[in-house]
Amino acid sequence: MLTPVVDDDGAPFWEYAARGELRVQACADCGEPRFPPRPCCPHCRSFASEWRLMSGKGRVWSYVVPHPPLLPEYAAQAPYNVIVVELAEAPRIRLVGNLVSEADAPLDGVAPERVRIGARVQAVFSSAGLPQWVLERP
Amino acid sequence: MAGLKDATAIVGIGQTPFAKHLPEDERTLACRAVLAALDDAGIAPGEVDALASYTMEETDEVQLAKAVGFGDLTFFSKVGYGGGGSCATVAHLAAAIATGQATVGVAWRSRKRGSGPRPWKNTSAQLPTPAQWTRPFGLLRPADEIGMLTRRYMHEYGATRDHLFNVALACRNRANQNPAAIMYDRPLTREMYMTSRWISEPLCLFDNCLETDGALACVVVSAARARDCPQRPAYIHSAAQGLPAQHHGMVNYWNDDPLTGPAWTAARHLWKHADLSPQDVDVAQIYDAFTPLIPLSLEGYGFCGRGEGGAFTEGGALEIGGRLPLNTGGGGLSEAYVHGFNLINEGVRQLRGTSTAQVPGAATCLVTAGEGVPTSALLLRS
Repeated sequence: MLTPVVDDDGAPFWEYAARGELRVQACADCGEPRFPPRPCCPHCRSFASEWRLMSGKGRVWSYVVPHPPLLPEYAAQAPYNVIVVELAEAPRIRLVGNLVSEADAPLDGVAPERVRIGARVQAVFSSAGLPQWVLERP
Repeated sequence: MAGLKDATAIVGIGQTPFAKHLPEDERTLACRAVLAALDDAGIAPGEVDALASYTMEETDEVQLAKAVGFGDLTFFSKVGYGGGGSCATVAHLAAAIATGQATVGVAWRSRKRGSGPRPWKNTSAQLPTPAQWTRPFGLLRPADEIGMLTRRYMHEYGATRDHLFNVALACRNRANQNPAAIMYDRPLTREMYMTSRWISEPLCLFDNCLETDGALACVVVSAARARDCPQRPAYIHSAAQGLPAQHHGMVNYWNDDPLTGPAWTAARHLWKHADLSPQDVDVAQIYDAFTPLIPLSLEGYGFCGRGEGGAFTEGGALEIGGRLPLNTGGGGLSEAYVHGFNLINEGVRQLRGTSTAQVPGAATCLVTAGEGVPTSALLLRS
């Protein structure tokens, strides 16, 4: 499976995720959250940032179901879901992820008809430190 | 921009055959397309002093200039973002010629994606740094990235797979009239579309462009010079690039408004500097790497309101005789996928009256580059 190739701006996100925390970058001056992480706030141009703890609650904004041809380890689990989650506390922060039955479960473990736009989800973390998502009401 | 309006014209077009596999390499194909375009323009290679292509073009200016015997070059430009750069190559030449930096410009694209490697088979190529937010989760290919936006678009506006089929069908019907098209002899039916295999739900096989080997080129000169060329000029009436605020490429999910793409930005500039409006467009060549890019672009370029792009495709609107005949050579979906350069040359053919699916009396043509990435557009007139 592909693992994130981390850059300086993104590193804190992955460090927190490895500890089981979902945090997003926000401006330490004007408070605007931003994603993906970057050096400067596009609202107030401040270079000061903080990493704000999120509840991990969100809703499915959209999803796709990829089929082969795919990289081998993904093809082995296809068709699987990929979702975009809109965070409850910051609706314009949207994270790409997978809807799984539990942390570390395979990517095709949730029946496709259970995946729908608007479904409430909760963040969990894989042992590899990737945020994943489970249905709030499975 | 007032200085660009109708100041230059495309006077030559050239292309190689299109196929899943061509035996010659990209550099050779580039030379053939460029020489064909110059021959069409009636201009000797030694007169060329400006070049423009895509950053993804593997044949560089030095190789091309030496191989075909150009003169001294005083302008060369490469535009980024894959298919978003197609129209900008011509726009850069037009700007260079209109401002006196050069006199004869050639834009080109040579590509072997039909027989070449597929990026998603190469793990390391899958992980440019921004992909840390998407690829580990199995969002691997452009079809997956655009499929995500498509699902949301369908959810918000009620667009359907039938609307996407209307796009695929219009392109295929035109390809069936074009002997140069890869899908010339392959009609498409609704049954075939609805039962085809998924690539990334909600996108099926026929929502995706072709994988093609081939090269194309065109020649740009001043309007004054164009009048002495053998072919009827296709005047560059307006041109624009577009990279909207907070845009994120094909994974535009991080934009406040992910469904307004670069087409909206390019369109505002394009129309602002034109004497024409969307109602004046006789025929359109709209970038179609994926069928949903058409309804999104129809909205962005102002042919219909927000969310109305799906419904716009109904009733044969995109067919010959419809409200906006689309991709009359077959487009990326059914003629050839060469990062959209075939759309430029087809636009020129329409204005010359020589298309294999000619729109009677076509005098204006919109050509667009890839929506979903920093893009560009041309408004051509005869």
